Amino acid sequence: MSEESASVQSSERVPFMQRILDNPFILLFIGVVFPAVFYIIWGIVEIVNIPLAP
Amino acid sequence: MSNELFRTCPESGLQFHRPAERLMKAHAVVAVVILLIGGIAALLVTLTRWPAVHLLPADRFYQLLTTHGVNMLIFWMISFEIAILYFCSSTLLKVRLATPKLAWVGFTLMLAGIIINNLAVASGTASVMMTSYVPMPANPNFYLGLILFAVGALIGCFIFLATLVIAKDEKTYEGSIPLVTFGALTACIIAVFTIASGAIILVPTWLWSLGYINHIDAAMYRVVWWALGHSSQQINVAAHVSVWYAIAAIVFGARPLSEKVSRTAFFLYIAFLQLASAHHLLVDPGLSAEWKIFNTSYAMYLAVLASMVHGLTVPGSIEVAQRAKGYTNGLFQWLRKAPWGNPIFSGMFISLVGFGFLGGISGVVMGTEQINIIIHNTIYVPGHFHATVVIGSTLAFMSLTYFLIPTLFRKQVAFPAIARLQPYFFGIGMSVFALAMMGAGTLGVERRHWDMAFTGAPLGFEYPASAYTMMGIMGLAGMVAIIGGAMYILVTVVSVFFGKSVESESSYGTATTRLMRAEPIFIPEGGHSAAGKWGFAAPGTFVLAMFFLVTFVLYYAVNWKYLASVWPLS
Repeated sequence: MSEESASVQSSERVPFMQRILDNPFILLFIGVVFPAVFYIIWGIVEIVNIPLAP
Repeated sequence: MSNELFRTCPESGLQFHRPAERLMKAHAVVAVVILLIGGIAALLVTLTRWPAVHLLPADRFYQLLTTHGVNMLIFWMISFEIAILYFCSSTLLKVRLATPKLAWVGFTLMLAGIIINNLAVASGTASVMMTSYVPMPANPNFYLGLILFAVGALIGCFIFLATLVIAKDEKTYEGSIPLVTFGALTACIIAVFTIASGAIILVPTWLWSLGYINHIDAAMYRVVWWALGHSSQQINVAAHVSVWYAIAAIVFGARPLSEKVSRTAFFLYIAFLQLASAHHLLVDPGLSAEWKIFNTSYAMYLAVLASMVHGLTVPGSIEVAQRAKGYTNGLFQWLRKAPWGNPIFSGMFISLVGFGFLGGISGVVMGTEQINIIIHNTIYVPGHFHATVVIGSTLAFMSLTYFLIPTLFRKQVAFPAIARLQPYFFGIGMSVFALAMMGAGTLGVERRHWDMAFTGAPLGFEYPASAYTMMGIMGLAGMVAIIGGAMYILVTVVSVFFGKSVESESSYGTATTRLMRAEPIFIPEGGHSAAGKWGFAAPGTFVLAMFFLVTFVLYYAVNWKYLASVWPLS
């Protein structure tokens, strides 16, 4: 492989999705925030909004 | 970096960081001891729910059901998984484990938590079962034990993440981390969410049990607790799928059909798998249908799609590897010629099939709000999770153990004949056990109840005779599965503590149930499909997948039909 082609390859952009999958801390953020928002926070909001019995 | 800190296994080529190796051994040994305790409790619980035997008095039954549930679903699984996390980071990435001393602190906390929790249950003052729903109080040490265990496990998760950082920094791998490590990362991320949720609800509940807090709202408790209770089982799913990929590579030299697709499937787990906790709250009145449907659909079934991707790609990669080795006749020669006498493979394959057909299909049925009502809180529910957690996760971990005994513990596998039979006893026994539970649950038999006949109750209920037959089958099959579990404990304990050392490669080869280190397969020009037939890379797996889909659709439709018959609207 010539030096030129090697440098072209190394400067090739890593696809966006692969960059996400290669970053454990972005994945950790997604893996905590998604269920925290959709399951826990949404669920708690619904329970808090239950009207008190007269 | 000193080479004395590392050891290379001559047979597998794996490189072990010695401090990490000691930690893996400690976690694995504790896990197996917990499995023994939980297994003894399983024997007594099964003998009580088997109507013809009905062994224990009510108070002892609930105490042992608590012991069984907490030890099996939390302590055994997570202890073994921390060993897997250390293996998948330090060993697979050939890097030192981050902060081994802190890892020992984590291990100590986990062990202390296990002991404290078990002593609380053994005292008879914490027979609240795993869910420990408020306002039913338990001995404060019950919650304290769980909290200590959770903190220890969380330390293990962050040490895993720190080890990934070190490996990247020291460039011990090129490109992306291996797929098996990526699966372990998925398990770790789900574990962080799970454990944090556990802390959010168990710390105030502990303070409530001590009298420092007046009131814990029962509905709130259930929502947050299930983020621990169900998500903890999703850690197992991610971990056992990683083990499937690992075993396919170890035994067959198989490579994933598509790394990109498999990684995307793990990503779907990370984003959506934990949402399924809402299954348990489908009849709770305080939560809206929107919340229930969105969450129990695993965000519109994307995480279910992920499981089906793994269920297709793991056997698919095995089929491609077998075909590349010349097993090309017909649709299933690759499967017939698989090493069924090797418990590493047989256990893994039974785990895969049982998890998909029994656990997966029943899980989706249970997650559908309307048809869930047929079996909600019946013994169908433990039938489902014995298929996912026991056949799926526990059997996969057992299979991996047969690989770890010689590679990690450097011991020959004792009683190879028993080891060969063990996955069949455990897998088949547990499959029939789970099916019988599901059958009884469909007939309305309640879960967790000491006496299904409600003897002496003012409002009795007459079950059809078939319900009692199902419970009898459950009892018998449970005994077969427990024998399988005992075989595993026997082989593991004797191998690790009294077994012969692996001294040479030759003795290693014959004494480990013919474990072979498979060379990576040669993929012909034209990619995976060139190894297949009729334009398919893995035609046999495709047929199996179609069979699975037909079964899935039929069972789903049958449940709607059944709902219509038990709930006439005209």
